[in-house]
Amino acid sequence: MLKKRYFFLVLLVLSCCSLFVGVADFSPAALMSLEQNELELLLISRLPRLISILITGMGMAIAGLIMQQLSQNRFASPSTAGTMEAASLGVLTALIFFGSASMLQKMLLAFFFALVGTWIFIWILDNLVYKDALFVPLIGLMIGRVIAAVTTFFAYQYDLLQSLNAWLYGDFSAVLRGRYELLYLGIPAVILAYIYANRFTIAGFGEDFSANLGLNYYKIRYIGLGIVALVTSVVVLTVGEIPYIGLVVPNLITLMRGDNVKANIPYTALAGAILTLVCDMIGRLLLYPYEISVGLIIGGVGSAVFLFFIVRRKIYA
Amino acid sequence: MPDKKKLLLLGVLAILLASIFLFMQIDGQWSYTFPRRLKRAAAVGVAGFAVAYSSLLFQTITNNRILTPSIIGFDALYLLIQGATIFLLGADTTIAMNHQGYFLFNVVIMVLFAGLLYRFLFRREDQHIYFILLAGLVCGTLFRSVFSFLLVVIDPNEYQFIQDRMFASFNQVGGELLLMAAVFVVLVSLYSFRFIPVLDVLALGRDHAHNLGVDFKLTVNRLLMVVAVLVAVSTALVGPVTFLGLLVVNIAYSFISSYRHQILIPATFLISMTALFGGLLLVERVFSFAANLTIIINGIGGSYFLYRMLREGKKC
Repeated sequence: MLKKRYFFLVLLVLSCCSLFVGVADFSPAALMSLEQNELELLLISRLPRLISILITGMGMAIAGLIMQQLSQNRFASPSTAGTMEAASLGVLTALIFFGSASMLQKMLLAFFFALVGTWIFIWILDNLVYKDALFVPLIGLMIGRVIAAVTTFFAYQYDLLQSLNAWLYGDFSAVLRGRYELLYLGIPAVILAYIYANRFTIAGFGEDFSANLGLNYYKIRYIGLGIVALVTSVVVLTVGEIPYIGLVVPNLITLMRGDNVKANIPYTALAGAILTLVCDMIGRLLLYPYEISVGLIIGGVGSAVFLFFIVRRKIYA
Repeated sequence: MPDKKKLLLLGVLAILLASIFLFMQIDGQWSYTFPRRLKRAAAVGVAGFAVAYSSLLFQTITNNRILTPSIIGFDALYLLIQGATIFLLGADTTIAMNHQGYFLFNVVIMVLFAGLLYRFLFRREDQHIYFILLAGLVCGTLFRSVFSFLLVVIDPNEYQFIQDRMFASFNQVGGELLLMAAVFVVLVSLYSFRFIPVLDVLALGRDHAHNLGVDFKLTVNRLLMVVAVLVAVSTALVGPVTFLGLLVVNIAYSFISSYRHQILIPATFLISMTALFGGLLLVERVFSFAANLTIIINGIGGSYFLYRMLREGKKC
């Protein structure tokens, strides 16, 4: 059994490596004699990038885990339930109507949209009688496509298609000091998820079951959806759309360690951070000195893993 | 009202709108205007039929009213092909390219993709159809990731060319292309018409179809290939129209009280014609080109989809 501390160790080593990967020359030896411009490089670019990668990875993985618990479906996640597309629609709305809005205001709007989008998904699931394990993500992805179509419609009308694409493109290279701080909101969200983990599991069994155990079903669901929407909207706004972390990581961890959600949360968070970090470094090194965005790398890796999951669903789900 | 009358009504409506589209404000410039309008109308006809028919087939095969064939990655693959060609060859070369060759190239790649998908996924005996759809969707997401990567790294001047191709258009379809597409659509449709009685049985669901002696796997496999060719041709001809099929088939089901495909097929086709000609007239005459037809269709179709899901989720 893999220990938590190994995960942590791997993450630590990778994080250190990540600090020294980049076009501008910055070696570990330079740490000893930090010059002015090297310090600036570290504080303005490299460190913010690392922090945003870690928070994005952890947050998205946890958001996926929560959605899977609440919907009782292995394939639910922010990118397979319309949450991400809804958050993007929120960003577009902010761009159109409140061009001069601050990042916080934009985030609130994206958060609101993400909440509504996820709520629509959950609501449809509630009404669904035929809950095939594969039908649920199909519905979610369709909802996502619909919301994306609406987004495209308005972006086209306001001639914002290209800037929206640039904005929502999942990529850490634009993360600089002063532009990513909203992501810190992801940390309390992850902590909250840990506190409520067992209750999400119970809520996943349904209203009656929760009531029997003395749990306010709707309150727990709203807290869960709130966490998911919060994490997704800050990530979409600061980093862009990054697919599949929330889908792949919790499933991998469950595959390795079984189904104890509360015990799995630290692993899921650490593994999410590791995956994002590795994908980001691959993207930075593959075409060095150019960069392939993390969204593309994770899209590729995630698609492969997702296909693997659904192929061996018989044994697994 | 009996279904025959409804069909007649739809036919009259479609012809009426088509002739308004063809003859409105032609102002004596027949030799210039009419052939061009005729060509556009033909493009609408070919693409409209392919989309409507393929969606109907697809929904019957999957026994489902909320899915459309383009979600299994066709739209995304089409976008990716466009993006990749313009990225690799540049906009100038792409425009100067042999249109028929490029059209064929698009169709072949899309059909090949569908074929590989089905082959790979149908290998296992008990494979559920949702499995294929989901795998297609996942591939679609991957294509989209690559596409948006291309959009970011591409020369901003060439972005405009890609953006033009991101939306379906009935305006720039060449005559030879049209003929080629029409031949494809007619051949494939003729082949598939022999399945019409079987379709009525398939609509009862997999188990009933099995019981009534339909070789489910074989039939579905063939029909899915028909769907693939139809979607590929229409997408390569006019561009992606994701939600048109969804809209048209659902309207047909709620308007026609029959479940027989002999009636449903012409009904979906006529509704598709009505929607497209009506939409084109609306876009050109009312909004004076300020809006884009496919975007409107996607918006209406998408909202309708959500509405259905929310209202009638219980029945899905």
